[in-house]
Amino acid sequence: MPREIVMPKLGESVVEGVIGKWLKAEGDFVDEDEPLVEVDTDKVNAEVPSPARGIVHRLLAREGETVAVGQVIAIIREVDEEVADLPAGESAPGGSTVANGSGGFAPGGSVAAAASAGVEPLARSPHLYSPAVRRLAAESGIDPATVTGTGRGGRVSKKDMERAIAQAKERERAVVLSGSHESRSVWAPEDESGSASAARRPLADGDEVLPITRMRRTIAERMVHSKRTVPHAWTTVEVDVTSLVAWRESIKEEFRRREGFNLTYLPFVVKAAVEALREYPILNSTWEEDRIVIKRRINIGIAVDLEDGLIVPVIKDADQKSIVGLARAIADLATRARAGTLTPDDVTGGTFTINNTGAFGSILSAPIINYPQAAILSMETITKRPVVVGDGIAIRSMMNLCMSLDHRVLDGAVCGRFLRSVKRRLESYDANTPLY
Amino acid sequence: MAIKNILESVRQTLFEAMSRDERVMILGEDVGRHGGVFNATQGLYEAFGEDRVVDTPLAESSIVGIAIGAAVGGMLPIAEIQFADFIHPAVDQIINEAAKIRYRSNNDFGCPIVIRAPYGGGVHGGLYHSQCVEALFFGTPGLKIVAPATPADVKGLLTAAIEDPDPVIFLEHKASYRAIKGEYPEGDYYVPIGPADVKRVGGDVTVVSYGMTMHYALQASEELSKEEGIEVEVIDLRTLLPLDRRTIVESVKKTGKLLIVHEDNLTGGIGAEVAATVANEAFMYLDAPIRRLAALDVPSTPYHPVLEQAMLPNKAQVKEAILDLARY
Repeated sequence: MPREIVMPKLGESVVEGVIGKWLKAEGDFVDEDEPLVEVDTDKVNAEVPSPARGIVHRLLAREGETVAVGQVIAIIREVDEEVADLPAGESAPGGSTVANGSGGFAPGGSVAAAASAGVEPLARSPHLYSPAVRRLAAESGIDPATVTGTGRGGRVSKKDMERAIAQAKERERAVVLSGSHESRSVWAPEDESGSASAARRPLADGDEVLPITRMRRTIAERMVHSKRTVPHAWTTVEVDVTSLVAWRESIKEEFRRREGFNLTYLPFVVKAAVEALREYPILNSTWEEDRIVIKRRINIGIAVDLEDGLIVPVIKDADQKSIVGLARAIADLATRARAGTLTPDDVTGGTFTINNTGAFGSILSAPIINYPQAAILSMETITKRPVVVGDGIAIRSMMNLCMSLDHRVLDGAVCGRFLRSVKRRLESYDANTPLY
Repeated sequence: MAIKNILESVRQTLFEAMSRDERVMILGEDVGRHGGVFNATQGLYEAFGEDRVVDTPLAESSIVGIAIGAAVGGMLPIAEIQFADFIHPAVDQIINEAAKIRYRSNNDFGCPIVIRAPYGGGVHGGLYHSQCVEALFFGTPGLKIVAPATPADVKGLLTAAIEDPDPVIFLEHKASYRAIKGEYPEGDYYVPIGPADVKRVGGDVTVVSYGMTMHYALQASEELSKEEGIEVEVIDLRTLLPLDRRTIVESVKKTGKLLIVHEDNLTGGIGAEVAATVANEAFMYLDAPIRRLAALDVPSTPYHPVLEQAMLPNKAQVKEAILDLARY
């Protein structure tokens, strides 16, 4: 077997040596204990004997080169051995193989206590994977051949596989957070969040510094991109939801008992919106450089607030669900969003977003469009207000709907019609409306 | 909590056990009036009298044999073998009698003896004051073998050994007697015979050891953590027989790399059993071959200090072996 010769430790605190002079050339025969190379260190210059008998197969360090203790400097093969050629000048990272009592190269070291079975010089084949590596490969589906090895001799180790698996998870998570494969990569070199260009201001006493989480940065980049490129226009309507409120109040207990979760106003708004989107499909579209694409599927993004940010999971084909179906989908996505178990599929493919800003008491909001969508709708809080009904004043439950629109694709007129359609439907919901 | 060395811990635990239970008695060479050649039993003769701290002739087979008889007769004898190297004449009593009494009597009789012995080298003890004897008894079902390395474990395991209804061989590494100090728990303190102790938690390499080499492993681990950022998990077996296979296997499943270090000879040392167990139960978790670091297979620990150093595993070698394995 070819024998690796390593830079010996020539003194207690010596960590490296300089190859002074090779006393043998490639192809020369060298006997055991015959001087092989002169090594210079800052403590001592020494002739280093060869620990093995054989032919010098390859010299891996040049004269004058500084080499760390333990690094391989030469390979010796047995006299009549054929050795598959190693790339010239290759040297193993991390150096020595452990041989039993390694020929006295490490003073005070391994001559002494017996170490079990000198490990065979690590075969150069990249396909020798340890059982742990094979197991991780099988479990994760990652091919070790695609992983950079940092073990001895470039071996792919268990830690290398664990790192590759973690990186794959990170990439998947990045997709989930960034919300879209098609949208700009969160790793875009031009820093869209603008933070790097702002000079660092000095901190004042008592200032608290928060690191920017991945989620925060993703939100920042997407918001900046949207505001920079999409010309936002904004409009709002008031909706009289008195019948809806009365009806929902009357059925909410029973609903909770039967379905196991709360019936909020959001599924009604979503239902009204998807039906209006069917009427005005231009609002379910995307502006691209040279065309406008009207999306066939209606996938509604529902903004869910998290402890440290927000995420917008998507109800796919929302137009094919009943009100209860929408309610259930919303509850499920919100739960999984807060548990951190959304999949990339849950957060991609949205065509229109609805944001329940009313949950925080807002009566008017100006939401930021979720590019590549063309518009975003916010439903505000429901308040009892005195309004004119006919020629009199009545106390009605009123809710504002606000919409930000991409003025490249949409104009006020079509949006106004869309909102009127949503309003009409919401104002018509009462005890006769089918939930299922 | 008081700080004691291993020797003081042994002595104090014996004192407490003898105070608690008048069936506990000690017998051995020079244990009484002399107080033991290491002073392990100093003061006990004065406290408990010649009936409970018995000076025996130089006759190991009889020391153990008489202890066995006393045990079957209702006492809780602690037989001291002055140096583990002298235990060989008593092997017949230990393996053929003590280990088999319960089995042989179909549970009619037990043999609640403790056999205490200082073991291990590194003290210029030469041929007959340096031996490790655990491997001799390791293959004998019916025996328990215990080798604690810290004062707290000494108290806990010696107490457990004395109360154990079956024979326990209690090994004390003589190099640790004065060198190892630690917290000695007050009052009742009991460590069950069997479970190993993870003395240091880490994720990169598992080191299994006992006795003095366990301390070398701990020291090497601290240095490697600071110097190389390598985090070593050190498992102190404490009990050699029965072996805590579960703790060892769980650790290796986490780290993927195992180094076993013991002062006993490599061939046939208990490291071989640990290695085989792990190879069998954690094969798919191994990221490197299982390594063992142990004394050279030579007939004796040399008397000459340089040769003794060369033969026994020391801290530097433990550190090098861990580093090598971590880099694999």
